[in-house]
Amino acid sequence: MLPEFELLMPRTLPEALEMMDESSKVMPLAGGTNLLVDLRGRLSRPQTLINIGGLDELRGVRVEDGYIVVGSAATIADLKRNALIAKHGQALRQAATVFANPLIRNRATIGGNLAYGSPAADAAPPLLVLGAEVELLSKDTRRTVPLEEFITGVRKTVRHPRELITAIRWPIPPEGSVGVFRKLGLRKADAISVLSIAVMLLHMDTGDCDQLRIALGAVAPTPIRAAAAEDLLDGGPLTPEVIAQAAQLASEATQAIGDIRGSAAYRKRVITALVQRLLTNLAKDTKEKKH
Amino acid sequence: MKAKAITLNVNGRRHQVTLFPNVTLLEALRDLNYTDVKNGCEKGDCGACAVELNGRIINSCLVLAWQADGARILTNAGLGTMESPHPLQEAFADAGAVQCGYCTSGMIIAAKALLDENPNPSETEIREAISGNLCRCTGYSQIINAVQMTAEKMMQQKAQE
Repeated sequence: MLPEFELLMPRTLPEALEMMDESSKVMPLAGGTNLLVDLRGRLSRPQTLINIGGLDELRGVRVEDGYIVVGSAATIADLKRNALIAKHGQALRQAATVFANPLIRNRATIGGNLAYGSPAADAAPPLLVLGAEVELLSKDTRRTVPLEEFITGVRKTVRHPRELITAIRWPIPPEGSVGVFRKLGLRKADAISVLSIAVMLLHMDTGDCDQLRIALGAVAPTPIRAAAAEDLLDGGPLTPEVIAQAAQLASEATQAIGDIRGSAAYRKRVITALVQRLLTNLAKDTKEKKH
Repeated sequence: MKAKAITLNVNGRRHQVTLFPNVTLLEALRDLNYTDVKNGCEKGDCGACAVELNGRIINSCLVLAWQADGARILTNAGLGTMESPHPLQEAFADAGAVQCGYCTSGMIIAAKALLDENPNPSETEIREAISGNLCRCTGYSQIINAVQMTAEKMMQQKAQE
């Protein structure tokens, strides 16, 4: 039995924004795959839920002014199927295919995955390497926050109680860019990530060097970019020595803790190994492409 | 907390029910006697409560009944009857894919969703499609056999048509 709450069912986005409130007693409900579980476990006690999952304004993926714009209530299954995501959000698509399980993917939303503020959110590392921003709307404000600044700690975000996440957006990557995502779970499906990694190579056609971005999940209080490793790789060729050094730097960027899914030392070692593996594959692929 | 009248369209039948907002779709379905939908973990881990909601499989324990107001719901019991079972239901019985039976309804709904999209799935694709459904009896082998048997049978039937 779920605890008691009021449930508001807005039919439009403006109606929903009108219902949002200063107090944290009001909570948006989209897919419910985290929220209803927390309610049942009495981990969260909102008095009022606002059902936003069915709002048309929050669905769909579109191109707008050189950006890919994903409605916050797009489900993970929507992302997995979408041709724009397959082309312009490769790492995100890969994350969508290994996200929880098919039943959860049909309900869980991209906005909810970020709003929950979990360090292990599988959508976060791919969106970090894509340079994504989170669009937040309230009755009388609109702002866009880089994803790196959006999640501030374990289960903490900069979302004001009156704001709704309405969209996630990122600049369309240059043609020839490559993104990959790997997740380490304790089983093949329906696993919370022990750790996750997204790597993206932004292909620069203008003669500039290609740019590499690395993001890590579940190894710090928030999903993070491995800035020092990225700086080292910036502009240089991907030699085995540089790759090994970058993997080491990525591991040093973590603040991994030990928990039920793995020890801190294990996480740090696996990050080194996986970053090295992904970069080596990337170097090989791009070399083959040039020949 | 105030109750509200909603409509649930289950297996082609319309039900008008008055429910409180904190009632899940799972609870509402079982109260309407759709007891083929099982209550397992109530947190989206086991898939025993899986049903189709507007053509997509979901855990009914993670949907509020109000969110399903007016939607089309399909449960395993809606796929066939004792006299005229769905090919998946027949194959599950024939392959020994049913032991305690608790996961069966959810497994069949998940398998149906797979075959709707992919009539000739590989073993890996079958395993992936039922990865949200736990079975503690069979070790999954007989379930996978049953889905493979159904796929073959349905493709043969289609070829004959």
